[in-house]
Amino acid sequence: MNFSFDVIWHNLPYLLAAARWTLLISVAGMAISIIWGVFLCAARISKNPLLSNLAALYISFFRGVPLLVQLLMAYYMLPYVGLDLPAIAAAILAVGLCSAAYTAEILRGALQAIPAGQTEAAHALGIPAFSLWKRILVPQAVRIGLPSLVNELILLVKVSSLASVVGIGELTRISQNITGQTYRPLEIYIAAAAIYFLINLVISGLGRLAEKRLQAG
Amino acid sequence: MELDLFVRYGPALIRGFGVTILCWAAGSLGGLVLGFVIACLYRWSIAPVRWVIYAYVEVIRGTPFMIQLFILYYGGPYIGLVLSPVQAGILSFIVYGSPYFSEIFRSGFNAVPKGQVEAARCVGMAEATILRRIVLPQMLVPITPPLTNFFIILTKETAILSVVTVPELLYETQTMAAETFTYVEPFLVLSLFYWLMVIGTNWLGGRVEARVTRHLKRA
Repeated sequence: MNFSFDVIWHNLPYLLAAARWTLLISVAGMAISIIWGVFLCAARISKNPLLSNLAALYISFFRGVPLLVQLLMAYYMLPYVGLDLPAIAAAILAVGLCSAAYTAEILRGALQAIPAGQTEAAHALGIPAFSLWKRILVPQAVRIGLPSLVNELILLVKVSSLASVVGIGELTRISQNITGQTYRPLEIYIAAAAIYFLINLVISGLGRLAEKRLQAG
Repeated sequence: MELDLFVRYGPALIRGFGVTILCWAAGSLGGLVLGFVIACLYRWSIAPVRWVIYAYVEVIRGTPFMIQLFILYYGGPYIGLVLSPVQAGILSFIVYGSPYFSEIFRSGFNAVPKGQVEAARCVGMAEATILRRIVLPQMLVPITPPLTNFFIILTKETAILSVVTVPELLYETQTMAAETFTYVEPFLVLSLFYWLMVIGTNWLGGRVEARVTRHLKRA
């Protein structure tokens, strides 16, 4: 069986259409991951023991339970508590909430690298906590943690393939379907891998760009 | 729940867990070392080497692990690289993990202020001494949590090795499920084993973190 570019060419429109779902899940998941991750990290390092223990519990649950299980829980178990989400919302939520746990840990590591003197100076100057975070801590933590964050976002794009289990026709699911029709696994999966690769190339490119800009400061 | 199932399949499951631990430990530690070497090369070498490293990182990081594993295991024999499933599993784990680790190390290098390294050079410290005495102790602080993150991600990634018939935990569990037509028990045990690994890794990460942040604690 020879490698046939025709197979890829014929099925490319379907793959690209499916990649739109992958993109949607990834981008929305990233937004949740980063925003929720910042709050989670703030809770994790807060002086309030209740908050910090709750955050630690959240992180150990979402990192310890496989994402596949979390997805199935979000889709099949939430309706029992009266929260009937459409599949795509459940997928985005599960991916984002899980990734936020990792993001929070990355930010926590980065925050530890910022000298404590800066926080103390800010307190001495009477800078309110919100401004301290917004203007002093988060910008520096993002700079230090950026390569690890990009790692995490790239992993997020790849785990979006799990959304196929709640019935979303994203890239991996559609590749499986096309393979089932054409019996050409090699070509289709290589094409799918190339699409994932391109998406990730854009993310890491943006990451490098952001890194350059932040480094200048 | 039938407990005698576990008497019968217990040894196989534990053997599978052993293989999972072996592949995970060897693969992720190998990836850690390779990632560190890559990050150091990136830091201290000339532009063409950097481009090669950049391309390596982007390609390996950007493609799914399963496809890399397939290419190594099924494509390897075409270029004379015949590997047993476990060898292929460990090798692909090392390759897959290394770019992520190297990026984490790179972020660590960047977190140490340049002025310190320049000052150390000015007082005549050797590059290796600067790395060991100045850069490493400080960079380990921000990168320990992301390193723990990635070790945890890799524990769950070992399940993919079952597709090239590595007799690891998922493989043994699926065998058990298929032979006994039970699904709840085997997969409960499976999650228990993975959870144990994650708890262990998390604990170890916490210990390492306590060790590397020791100098930050006020006396």
